[in-house]
Amino acid sequence: MLKYTVSLAVIMAIIWLLFSGMWTHPIIVPLGAASVLLTVYLATRMKIIDREGHPLHLLVPSLKYWPWLLMEISKSNLIVARHVLAGKNSINPRMARVKASQKTALGRTIFANSITLTPGTVTVHVRDNEIWFYALTEEIEQGLKDGEMDRRATEFEGES
Amino acid sequence: MELVLNIISMVLLAAGSLLLLIGGLGLLRFPDFYSRIQAAGITDTLCSIFILVGLMLQADSLPTGGKLLFTLLFLLFTAPTASHALAKAARHSKLDPWRPGEGGASSKR
Repeated sequence: MLKYTVSLAVIMAIIWLLFSGMWTHPIIVPLGAASVLLTVYLATRMKIIDREGHPLHLLVPSLKYWPWLLMEISKSNLIVARHVLAGKNSINPRMARVKASQKTALGRTIFANSITLTPGTVTVHVRDNEIWFYALTEEIEQGLKDGEMDRRATEFEGES
Repeated sequence: MELVLNIISMVLLAAGSLLLLIGGLGLLRFPDFYSRIQAAGITDTLCSIFILVGLMLQADSLPTGGKLLFTLLFLLFTAPTASHALAKAARHSKLDPWRPGEGGASSKR
């Protein structure tokens, strides 16, 4: 608990310094410190400073997951762009479902959000360990059902 | 060095604008609601990444670049949430995906 409070304060302070660009101003900097403290106080009162609300443990795994996700996003962007140019007869939309093997709600959220973030698929419904998604074509549907994104999202989630 | 950065930034901005154009074209060309979300997905992801990274290379100070970076991060976190909310609402009102062979304006039920 204390760990998350301290790290929230540190991250807020870094972001404030980065955004304001004022590192030495005698009035503005204390005001910034006050606003950081106020934010941390409010977040504590709202009881949102915990492992789920402030997932520090995902910081290192995200360095591996995000670049991979970025590559996937780029690939499917090109695929969807090709379908746009080829016109509507090149698409064959469908609803499908895929199993989400993540253990935590946060892990499933990451997986479902990754599905939506990749063009060509949108998560429409999550129930227990099943994710219903819309896919633009059969190939895109199969690509997701191959389960690599599910596997990587589970790996990213780690031992939660 | 400055020239190289300028060229990279120009290429990124041009590629981003092209993707924006394709995304907009897809919004008009695709037959129904769900497929149009996919076209909007292009503008939400790679297009914004290219344009904002291109602008970051043009930033003259750390705060400007940092703000652009966080704009990009917030976009990448919120855009899928918005798309999902729309798609889920459409599914709740029993909108079926377009099938090949149906007419053009099939956003109606």
